[in-house]
Amino acid sequence: MSTPDRDQNTANGTGFSRRDFIRGSGAAMAATAIATSTVEARADDKAAKPNVKPAEATEVTLTVNGKEHKLKLEPRVTLLDTLRTDLSLTGCKDVCDTANCGACTVHIDGKAVYACTRLAHDCEGKKITTVESLKDGDKVDPVVSCFVKHDASQCGFCTPGFVMAVRAFLNSKPKASLDEVRKGLGGNICRCGTYHGITECALEMAKGG
Amino acid sequence: MAELNVGWKPRKENEYLGKEIPRVEGNEKASGHAKFANDINTKGTLYAKLLTCKHAHARIKSIDLDAAKKVKGVKGVFDFRKFLDDPKAFEIHYDGTIIAAVVAERPEQAEDGVKAIKVEYEVLDHFVDEQDLKGATEKKRTGEVGNAKKGDVEAALKDAKHVHKGYYGIHTITHMCLEPHGSHCEWKGEDLKVHLSTQNVSGTAGQFAGSPLIGIDQANVEIVCNYIGGGFGSKFAADQWGICAAVMAKELGAPVRLMLDRATELKIAGNRPSGFGNITVACDAEGRITAWDSEHWGSGGFTDVDKPGKTIDINQFPYVFDFENRNRKATGINTNCGPERAWRAPPHPQLCALTCTALDDLAAKAGMDSLEFYRKNIDQLATKAANPDIYRAEFDIAAKLLDWKGKWHPRGEGGKGAVKKGVGLAIHRWGGAAHAATCLVKVHPDGTVESFAGSQDIGTGTRTCIGLVLAETFGIPPSMVKVNIGTNKYPQSGPSGGSTTIGGVSGPNRRAGIEALGKIFDLVAEKYSVKADTLSAGKGKIWSGGKEVCSWKDAAKLIGPTALEVQGKGPVKDGLTSLEVGGVQMVEVAVDTETGKVRIEKFVAVQDCGLIVDLLTAKSQVYGSLIMGIAYSLSEERIMDNKTGRFINADLENYKLPRIGDIGELIVEMYQPDSEYERGVIGLGEPPVIAPGAAISNAVANAIGVRVPVLPLTPQRVLDSLAKAKG
Ligand code: FES
Ligand code: FES
Repeated sequence: MSTPDRDQNTANGTGFSRRDFIRGSGAAMAATAIATSTVEARADDKAAKPNVKPAEATEVTLTVNGKEHKLKLEPRVTLLDTLRTDLSLTGCKDVCDTANCGACTVHIDGKAVYACTRLAHDCEGKKITTVESLKDGDKVDPVVSCFVKHDASQCGFCTPGFVMAVRAFLNSKPKASLDEVRKGLGGNICRCGTYHGITECALEMAKGG
Repeated sequence: MAELNVGWKPRKENEYLGKEIPRVEGNEKASGHAKFANDINTKGTLYAKLLTCKHAHARIKSIDLDAAKKVKGVKGVFDFRKFLDDPKAFEIHYDGTIIAAVVAERPEQAEDGVKAIKVEYEVLDHFVDEQDLKGATEKKRTGEVGNAKKGDVEAALKDAKHVHKGYYGIHTITHMCLEPHGSHCEWKGEDLKVHLSTQNVSGTAGQFAGSPLIGIDQANVEIVCNYIGGGFGSKFAADQWGICAAVMAKELGAPVRLMLDRATELKIAGNRPSGFGNITVACDAEGRITAWDSEHWGSGGFTDVDKPGKTIDINQFPYVFDFENRNRKATGINTNCGPERAWRAPPHPQLCALTCTALDDLAAKAGMDSLEFYRKNIDQLATKAANPDIYRAEFDIAAKLLDWKGKWHPRGEGGKGAVKKGVGLAIHRWGGAAHAATCLVKVHPDGTVESFAGSQDIGTGTRTCIGLVLAETFGIPPSMVKVNIGTNKYPQSGPSGGSTTIGGVSGPNRRAGIEALGKIFDLVAEKYSVKADTLSAGKGKIWSGGKEVCSWKDAAKLIGPTALEVQGKGPVKDGLTSLEVGGVQMVEVAVDTETGKVRIEKFVAVQDCGLIVDLLTAKSQVYGSLIMGIAYSLSEERIMDNKTGRFINADLENYKLPRIGDIGELIVEMYQPDSEYERGVIGLGEPPVIAPGAAISNAVANAIGVRVPVLPLTPQRVLDSLAKAKG
């Protein structure tokens, strides 16, 4: 089960692995959809060390939305927690923390990634893009406007993650078919049931709308 | 003053009402700039994590909370036993019960603190199997919660041409709000500001102020909720965890954010009760239903020690219909599971799932097309306010959209291959009357308009709809209307539940708008020497008998230097809002008889809801309902482990929700003849989520010739039913 849209590699420069957290939570198997395939890369086994204990915070520089941030973080802190807690970039949401829902989706070097599965330290030197960058004053990314046009959000809590998933999906498949949309966006969950609007939106964008 | 009709404009004159207009906060939400309670990060915010009990029933033998305080970064610990007058009497009655909260500088440090706490439990006997009436009775966990008889069921059964007896059920599901319950609490002196994830902005301040652990004047509490990440009926209260956050924020002199973790959210923050039952239904040779006899049970989780449990309310059985001869009985089971909360359209989805399936089986037994069978009985409605003609019209529209005639076949003739196709239908009803609410409308001298209300937008489009009502009333573009909701400091509004908000907010805003307009017309009349009662507003202008008098901006200038303010109130019986809707849903499914997998091919929903304010967001409510309906029909359920008493799928990995590829083709048709417009505004959020369970189950029965009696229709249940039928 894999989709080409998710980054398959997780570097482990720190020796700490998100996998350990997920294992600890008792939900380590691959993300499951009812019918579609969703995938989030797991840390590779070689580097995995069962270590979730507190450790000294060390310096790390993250490049987020084109800006550099010098932070002091423990090695175990996830990218998601860093973005939300340290940088107040709360567009990515902490919903499942187990790589199932996609609410935390950000882009790393242009690819959609679940931020809850990455450690902040592993993202040093990479280009991190969050959903907030898709709106600057009145200037909004066409994916955002298209979501609004098709009313592809209700409560809006899953929406930023979905927007980032759609953005990356269309970047890699600009002419996607209905079938590809249904498979390629299977990594995100919406409780309010906005899938109809999201499908319309993705298809319109794929048609060059 | 000009006497203006408070009714809605003639339909054709509307510039905005009933059109597809995108929601005003769309960009904020889609770009992640919208701040939910979950996102509030004011300077110095501390983070709380929870210690919960993993036993279904236990007492605490010993606990060392101080261990947490020694952990790096931990600032404080809150003991939930404090909520009892006698903390020693603290008893855990279900998995997920909160024992303590640890507050720390960083989330991961709070987690370290939780892990450091050592607890020893005395584990007690539990019961969690809500389907097992016999076991529950033996354990003295049951209580009768309703028993009523009408007519003579026995005689009617004797006289009937066809009698069907069946067993049906629907399991407990949770709300699964993606934003969990919780808040961010911050004190400034004696003033408490709570960013609360709530459906009840105007109604929760008193719960904080009045808590014995807080005890301040209600005037000192500000509740803020600009966005809420799902509630579905579960977020009306401050809750103990809300009080805890406020207490800790005060004690530590710093803001505290406490959101439930995913597992705890699912375990204790609400669920929709189950129902299982034996149903007997009968009809005459023509297919007229003559008798109903039901006995059902289920559980709304833990109720209280020595109290009978709950199950789905008996008073609306059978659902939508009522028959001359009718017996009904219900038994509640008190289980060691988290307590129920209102879940979208309580308890109609369960009532519908049990009723419309039993009726469909009777139709099959009588050898009738289900649609014909429904048509035959549609005058036997339980609710006086319900209109059979609306259902009749909706039957026709839905049948056409699905091609019912072309697709319906007798049971079990769903094709020769392993994958069988079938169609099913179900119907529902809902009230949807306006709740009590007020608002303040301001018309500024520059022509812009503002509305203030202590209401909330739970994702339905409340903000947008208020703006459209005022834009239509003053004849100005929606961009000139600013809608302010989301704090209890604004005029009191009702909680958003039960599809009461759209009527609740549109009535008062229209009334206030009309009153303000009347005052402005008087000013215009004087200034331009026209008769006030000839005036109307539209397209940014004021008109008299088809002639332009002045622009809206010129008219607004006449107000003087400060804004014109008018209060709006509701509900009022003036025709702006009303109640009672019905809907018809038809679905086609494909069932793989080898794997048991059910796939939705096409799902048609025809829905009435009176006057539609915004067609785009209205349709979204229906699309969303169908998808939530597909979830609880096919995959979603709370799974309790009988042995340990634990909720074993309390995560997004194993609590199965459909994804974008799992929903098939959805067709939403709003039933909108002029007669609906004339009824005024009626709520829409609940009704369309009711019928999917029965409609899908009926389609599966039509496809495979066998009833899969219990929802959700997981592959295993489908295979089991097929195997049982084979013998
Ligand atoms: S929070 Fe990361 S996938 Fe759900
Ligand atoms: S819009 Fe509410 S969860 Fe998707």
